[in-house]
Amino acid sequence: MAHPALAYIAGAYEHPTRDAGGKTLAQLQIEAALGALADAGLSKDDIDGFFCGPDAPGTGPLSIADYMNLNLRHVDTTNTSGSSYLLHVSHAAQAIAAGKCDVALITLAGRPRAEGRGKGGLVRRDDPNQPDFQWEQPFGIQILNVYGMTAMRHMHLYGTTSEQLAWIKVAASHHAQYNERAFSRDLVSVEDVVNSPMVADPLHRLDCCVVTDGGGALIVTRAEIAKSLKRPLVKVIGAGERPQHQQGGYFEITQSGAFWSGKAAFAQAGVSPADIKYVSLYDSFTITVLMQLEDLGFCAKGEGGRFVMDGNLISGVGKLPFNTDGGGLCNNHPGNRGGMTKIIEAVRQVRGEAHPAVQVRNCDLALANGIGGQLGVRHASGTLILERE
Amino acid sequence: MIMTERVFIEPQPTSETQTFWEAAKEGRFFIKRCDACEKAHWYPREHCPFCTSMDTKWVEASGEGVIYSFSIMRRAKPPYVMAYVTLSEGPTMMTNLIECDPVALRIGDPVSVAFVETAEGNALPMFKPKAGAVR
Ligand SMILES: [Zn+2]
Repeated sequence: MAHPALAYIAGAYEHPTRDAGGKTLAQLQIEAALGALADAGLSKDDIDGFFCGPDAPGTGPLSIADYMNLNLRHVDTTNTSGSSYLLHVSHAAQAIAAGKCDVALITLAGRPRAEGRGKGGLVRRDDPNQPDFQWEQPFGIQILNVYGMTAMRHMHLYGTTSEQLAWIKVAASHHAQYNERAFSRDLVSVEDVVNSPMVADPLHRLDCCVVTDGGGALIVTRAEIAKSLKRPLVKVIGAGERPQHQQGGYFEITQSGAFWSGKAAFAQAGVSPADIKYVSLYDSFTITVLMQLEDLGFCAKGEGGRFVMDGNLISGVGKLPFNTDGGGLCNNHPGNRGGMTKIIEAVRQVRGEAHPAVQVRNCDLALANGIGGQLGVRHASGTLILERE
Repeated sequence: MIMTERVFIEPQPTSETQTFWEAAKEGRFFIKRCDACEKAHWYPREHCPFCTSMDTKWVEASGEGVIYSFSIMRRAKPPYVMAYVTLSEGPTMMTNLIECDPVALRIGDPVSVAFVETAEGNALPMFKPKAGAVR
């Protein structure tokens, strides 16, 4: 099976820190970038395209491009919060195909712990110019309660249970125990999750991701350059993106943008969910994973609860291994933006460089998906399908 | 209007929404309906988000609806119930559920509007379970 490449991911690097007290945001950015360049076997002056998200300080790409002393002919600062980096890979592939750049750098860095933003329950004081501000902020909208409302409605419509959601955290913890850098390596049980304190019904504390400092970076390039490097070839064969919102007041919060971004990516790649050997799914909360499994077509709508039970997401145990680094639920969620680490672990799997205890055998096709923003209010889904060449 | 110890972010009404917030202070619940396509929308806009017509009108809504979903924000002091309510006029809006036993709430339960006063005297449209509602 060989599908046309949109572009190649030649370098991928996850910053090892989870607590960045002694490092600035800009330092995390350059360290991530240098890590990805070293992984690819390229140098700073090879970069001619730069893609960064809302985490980059300063005006768009300008301050970090200046700090890193990059000489660029293409920039893109697409911001869909945590899913930005999945869209960046797609946009980099498009820019490379259009001849606008040859070597694209994508970075993420964040230090919410160092900045005392470790507890995710702080009120989000958004911009009153946002037309939705006055209809949402006064009511106490927070990340926790909008994901809580999504889970509550999923349970109501489909009979999904807290125990089923807990299996997602259990699977992530099984993988994290092998990752020496994981923020939490504790193996947890379904009982541990459902007995942890309720934070925003029906979500428990252990249904929520960790808060970590750190970052990551990717190098996306064209075929000739990727093939000149001494790394396993990982090509992007499909990509899709979809912003989803309240649609004038007529919406269904139990359907995420992944329904559309996934369809687009599968159609472009010419593969189906049954072909996928490994998935990286954005795990801000357990419910986020469940929704993506359904919306991407790995199971029917409403069947997600039954699909994730009994270790079905555990590598070597179940049918669809997910987030084998421990994901955002256990390993790392740098800067509260988990899209980057989703792509990095998918690249490791396709290269055969994941931890031996969680490496999926013959992992020639993988999918990475991100949900950025607020599921149930406004979010954007980005899907990437990667193939080993 | 209902008073509470809770501290709210003020809505900061704009020229586009002044009418809504002034009416709310009088205990009247307005929504926007389009004269061109006749569809009601939420949140209120000058233009219709469906057909883009500028012929939208403020109309007094019934204030009746059903719970679309909710989540009890237990860590907040005091705790509150975040919710979406589907209005009988059609659209679903973000709000809070008040004057209720949070653990007894169910999606689909009928609710009606009640206004809660902020520190600056704005009135937030929230919803409470209908008395004697049969589940
Ligand atoms: Zn209209």
